[in-house]
Amino acid sequence: MNKKMLSLPYLFWCAAFIIIPLCMVVYYGLTDKTGAFTFANIAAIATAEHAKALWFSLLLSFAGTVICLFLAYPLAMILAGMKVSQHSFIVLIFILPMWMNFLLRTMAWETLLEKNGIINTVLRFLHLPALNIINTPSAIILGMVYNFLPFMVLPIYNALTKIDNNVVNAARDLGAGSFQTFLRIIFPLSLPGVISGITMVFVPALTTFVISTLLGGSKILLIGNVIEQEFTQTGNWHLGSGLSIVLMIFILINMVLSAIFDKDEEGATL
Amino acid sequence: MKKLLSLGLCFVMTACLFAGCGSSDKYPNGKVYVYNWGEYIDEETIKLFEEETGIEVIYDEFDTNETMYPKIEAGASNYDVVCPSDYMIQKMIDNDLLAKLNWDNLPNARANIGAEYYEQSLAFDPGNLYSVPYCWGTVGILYNTTMVDEPVTGWSILWDETYKDSILMQDSVRDLFMVALKRLGYSMNSTNESELQEAKELLIAQKPLVQAYVIDQVRDKMIGDEAAIGVIYSGEAIYTQRENPNLAYVIPEEGTNIWIDSWVIPKNAENKENAEKFIDFMCRGDIALMNFEFITYSTPNTAARDLIEDDDIRNSEIAFPDLSKYDKLETFSYLGEEADTLYNDLWKEIKSYTSY
Repeated sequence: MNKKMLSLPYLFWCAAFIIIPLCMVVYYGLTDKTGAFTFANIAAIATAEHAKALWFSLLLSFAGTVICLFLAYPLAMILAGMKVSQHSFIVLIFILPMWMNFLLRTMAWETLLEKNGIINTVLRFLHLPALNIINTPSAIILGMVYNFLPFMVLPIYNALTKIDNNVVNAARDLGAGSFQTFLRIIFPLSLPGVISGITMVFVPALTTFVISTLLGGSKILLIGNVIEQEFTQTGNWHLGSGLSIVLMIFILINMVLSAIFDKDEEGATL
Repeated sequence: MKKLLSLGLCFVMTACLFAGCGSSDKYPNGKVYVYNWGEYIDEETIKLFEEETGIEVIYDEFDTNETMYPKIEAGASNYDVVCPSDYMIQKMIDNDLLAKLNWDNLPNARANIGAEYYEQSLAFDPGNLYSVPYCWGTVGILYNTTMVDEPVTGWSILWDETYKDSILMQDSVRDLFMVALKRLGYSMNSTNESELQEAKELLIAQKPLVQAYVIDQVRDKMIGDEAAIGVIYSGEAIYTQRENPNLAYVIPEEGTNIWIDSWVIPKNAENKENAEKFIDFMCRGDIALMNFEFITYSTPNTAARDLIEDDDIRNSEIAFPDLSKYDKLETFSYLGEEADTLYNDLWKEIKSYTSY
């Protein structure tokens, strides 16, 4: 009894802020303005603009996730190989920017990347060619990588530190080179971390609208922008909800995939 | 541990109690919830209002009419005073979202706001029942004279290849279409689909030249020499020129939007009397002057204009243009739900367009 009581606040939280809103999204998504049942809001994803926005979102968030993975894996390995006193400092450095608001950090990138921004001023001073990526897809990918990199590093790092050193030593004993050890032992064992890292980067990247507005100059329409616009500007909550359901399906696919790979649920704990 | 926790809770609760007392002492006359454009008031005037009336002001900001509307419509947040633009006021009146003003409570508004602005308001607020003009102005082209050599006269410069990647457009649907519709010689209140399609094509053709679609950032980007040309509200022009003397503002010859932002009271406002006090306070000559000097948007308040000391500003062509010189000026009107949907769909096509 007592234990059940303890879970009550969590259940309340779940119901009030997760389940009820989700039901509302489903309700709005499946009805039209008169309240009649319809699939039109979901089918709307097939219109040229929406499909293109979704395609762009998938493309950019995929690119961002891949870059994050390639940056994060070596870093996580370096971290995992360090002594506690050293790595805690580096982990702190990685988490520190997350204490600052995500919006502010993205706006800071806007100022950095501008035509006459800080980066270009420095480049010009050094007589190097200017960097013109603001308001392009590259800037959006940069924003995604910058903002979501810690979400990739930490789960991989977690998974790596859990690997028993004896397993690695056994592999070396049996004659495996460092590359082979990595490929056959370390990487497979860190896979749960990689999978949960991919989920944690891919999902927010897929749904972002702030990064594309600020760093893309509102010139690139992502599916997140479409949904945001339906809610805040156009006031068509039904269409916004319908498109959200479509997006949720993509997120679910991602989660199912990670569940298949991540049977031990090791990487799920961050 | 438990004791410590309960002690802590006691502390917090007493602190809350005292905090509650404090605010009711300071503000004996209740609250007023104000919803206004971003950076659209001198915050000093809010403090003065609170001191003089003992009413606490809770102040929120929005960045486009379109983002403001759903919030008022949903009624989730009970704002007492809102400051929408002309066509949005019309939409709110049409949808029965506004409360009629009691003009007896608004002596300053009756005395100080110029008659011509009330007359202009009749277009969207027949009978002047719902709104008190707060600011007005035009939409025009702000350009950097060091980057643009030719004389700028009309909207067509926004389609000039020379300024590729140096053009800033407005990221709000009506303002964006206004530019294209006016350039084509159509009314900016057009609901004719073929005219709107034409405008859409024109804006899509322009997209590769546009650096970014922004709202308030036009100001900062123009000041920072980030762009050569930008579409901007006249009120920002004086401010930007103060910060960057190379900037110049023109009212395009093809005509443009002449707009009014007015105070209104939503129907579900809980503090209507306080709201009227707030509106009337903002219409006081000295207060309107403070706001004008801070936000530099043209004031319809004749008392405030008379108080402006600087002759250059009082007779400024930007702040107080002689409207009789421009013949193609128009004010937005609400076009109905069907047209709204059409505009939004076409806007989405423009935003979705990419040249790659």
